[in-house]
Amino acid sequence: MTGNAPNQELEDFIGRGYAHGFVTDIEADTVAPGLSEDVIRFISAKKDEPPFLLAWRLKAYRHWLTLREPGWAKLHHPPIDYQAISYNSAPKASPGLKSIDEVDPKLLQTYEKLGIPLHERARLAGVAVDAVFDSVSVTTTFKDKLAAVGVIFCSFSEAVREHPELVRQYLGTVVPYRDNYFAALNSAVFTDGSFVYIPKGVRCPMELSTYFRINQAKTGQFERTLIVAEAGSHVSYLEGCTAPQRDENQLHAAVVELVALKDATIKYSTVQNWYPGDEEGRGGIYNFVTKRGDCRGANSRISWTQVEAGSAITWKYPSCILRGENSVGEFYSVAVTNNLQQADTGTKMIHIGRNTRSTIVSKGISAGRAQNAYRGLVKILPTAENARNYTQCDSLLMGARCGAHTFPYMEVRNPTAVVEHEATTSRIGDDQLFYCRQRGLSTEDAVNLIVNGFCKQVFRQLPMEFAVEAQNLLNVSLEGAVG
Amino acid sequence: MNALLQVSGLRVAVGGKEILTGLDLTVRAGEVHAIMGPNGSGKSTLAHVLSGRDGYVVTGGSVSYLGRDLLAMAPEERARAGLFLGFQYPIEIPGVSNVYLLRSALNARRSARGESEIDAASFLRLVKDKARLMQMDETFLQRGVNEGFSGGEKKRNEIFQMAVLEPILAILDETDSGLDIDALKVVSNGVNSLRDPARAFVLVTHYQRLLDYIRPDFVHVLAGGRIIRTGDRTLALELEAGGYEQIVAAASP
Repeated sequence: MTGNAPNQELEDFIGRGYAHGFVTDIEADTVAPGLSEDVIRFISAKKDEPPFLLAWRLKAYRHWLTLREPGWAKLHHPPIDYQAISYNSAPKASPGLKSIDEVDPKLLQTYEKLGIPLHERARLAGVAVDAVFDSVSVTTTFKDKLAAVGVIFCSFSEAVREHPELVRQYLGTVVPYRDNYFAALNSAVFTDGSFVYIPKGVRCPMELSTYFRINQAKTGQFERTLIVAEAGSHVSYLEGCTAPQRDENQLHAAVVELVALKDATIKYSTVQNWYPGDEEGRGGIYNFVTKRGDCRGANSRISWTQVEAGSAITWKYPSCILRGENSVGEFYSVAVTNNLQQADTGTKMIHIGRNTRSTIVSKGISAGRAQNAYRGLVKILPTAENARNYTQCDSLLMGARCGAHTFPYMEVRNPTAVVEHEATTSRIGDDQLFYCRQRGLSTEDAVNLIVNGFCKQVFRQLPMEFAVEAQNLLNVSLEGAVG
Repeated sequence: MNALLQVSGLRVAVGGKEILTGLDLTVRAGEVHAIMGPNGSGKSTLAHVLSGRDGYVVTGGSVSYLGRDLLAMAPEERARAGLFLGFQYPIEIPGVSNVYLLRSALNARRSARGESEIDAASFLRLVKDKARLMQMDETFLQRGVNEGFSGGEKKRNEIFQMAVLEPILAILDETDSGLDIDALKVVSNGVNSLRDPARAFVLVTHYQRLLDYIRPDFVHVLAGGRIIRTGDRTLALELEAGGYEQIVAAASP
């Protein structure tokens, strides 16, 4: 006896908007829109980069010119005018900051509004933070404490200046500039990002974290993150992302490369909350990201956990190359789409070494008129004796106008492999909501309870202090989703 | 004594069709009422309307609960005011543990009464006691709400939830359907142990069988959307012997 009449209370519960949609009024040096070799030379010169890097950027750019935007994803958007984007925007007076006290107070206020523990609060929270504002890394906290154990955690620009040999050794070795359209673009124009180096045998004493923020209008953000974990080391890294509310779409094309050597572990968590656009699909970030980890050494482990709640479009497939024997790749994902958001996300697990194992747990939640696709590849090469994969893909639909899609690809070229795939699709029913409300829960609490139950397997993977944040983010993202 | 629940001339339509056609019912504290009737007589509609489920249009009459206009209250407000519905078909909520839902539910009620949240230790003691009462294994508590439960387990879980939430008015919608005799006894014991001078029960059932275990104070026969006869326990026996048709026919004007 389920009623189909629209539930007024559910409808009413629509629309507390995007909480991070404010703009910081700050003077910025923004290069004129457009992309050319001159712009790339300008970026490189401004950052005082060594010649190898400029050469690499230019190769990437020339390669990019030969490519076309990929069209295979289940995404629809008007063509992106790459000449209308400014490829570099930096808050004025930023270069060469000696301490956090020199940072523009308005910038600090922005991070405060975002709830990022940038200042002394960071010490209390025990989280080291690198913050990237438009194209420039603003500050990195806790550098000294990390340096004491030999951990390098700094902006990418600083790494280029201070540790060019490390950058040169690893840059582009996991995601070559030829990899794909957006990776090539990023390689040509990336402006900043984070760099992490964990020396041999070191267990990084704290969670490392980067917050990315797009502030300027008509700019793109192209950050690049590189994490290298030497033999026997261990690191847990988290990134968070927000952007102001604007009517036009903004491009974000990042690249993340992880390298795990023998017995090393990298845990990479993302809470992505770029501006998703409004209820009519106006504005929002186009998020085209290439993330890949290379389990180069034996017994290494790379674990991706992502909570993707924002962006008008999300296109990302954090992947693992399981090269080392007994290496382990994991992908835990919650992707939430509401209103007119579109997500095409998943992972690739490439098994090369013997006894390699991978686990994929993907939870897609669709509401409004959103489209949410899981796309995943499990590839077992002939060399991967006894490889194992377990994939679980669950979709939750809220309302009748959204879509969930699953595109699992499997290529198994070794007969000893065991590959499992499970998939479910369910709907938050009026029945479930009524059941919870009859027990005394408000509609809002009921939705949260049901959705969090659905995502539990993934949230469990997040570092404790961020699990709560992710849960809240999800609750806000889905407000008004049922009706 | 004042009535807990006073239903007067209640008329309810679903999809334009009138299902309840002027129903009167008075329930006082401490009483157990059984509502019986043939299929399609409106029994479940009554349970759903009282608990505030969507999709029903009240076209006439009134319902007062603890002196308040029940029909103006949201489902969760009714629950927080002590109204409990035992579902005919309990719902599964994967990934949400039984205890988590229960604690949220209990705290929602407590905060509505201006009480603080229950502390973890007291809560655990409470649910363990009640689980024992319902002869439920403790692993049951950590499992997802009704997730993969058998039909009997789901019904038992409903009564377990009721035992934890200690409602003022419990409406049990065909709690006996689909239960084997052992489960029926456990469920009945659970209900009987909760009988209290301050609490009332409305049992909606198709069969007399349940009433062998839970002795009602009143038996009502619902047909054509209203109560056509009210009696004591013997009315249920009469129904059992003669079927609904006789009584319905006798009550027809």
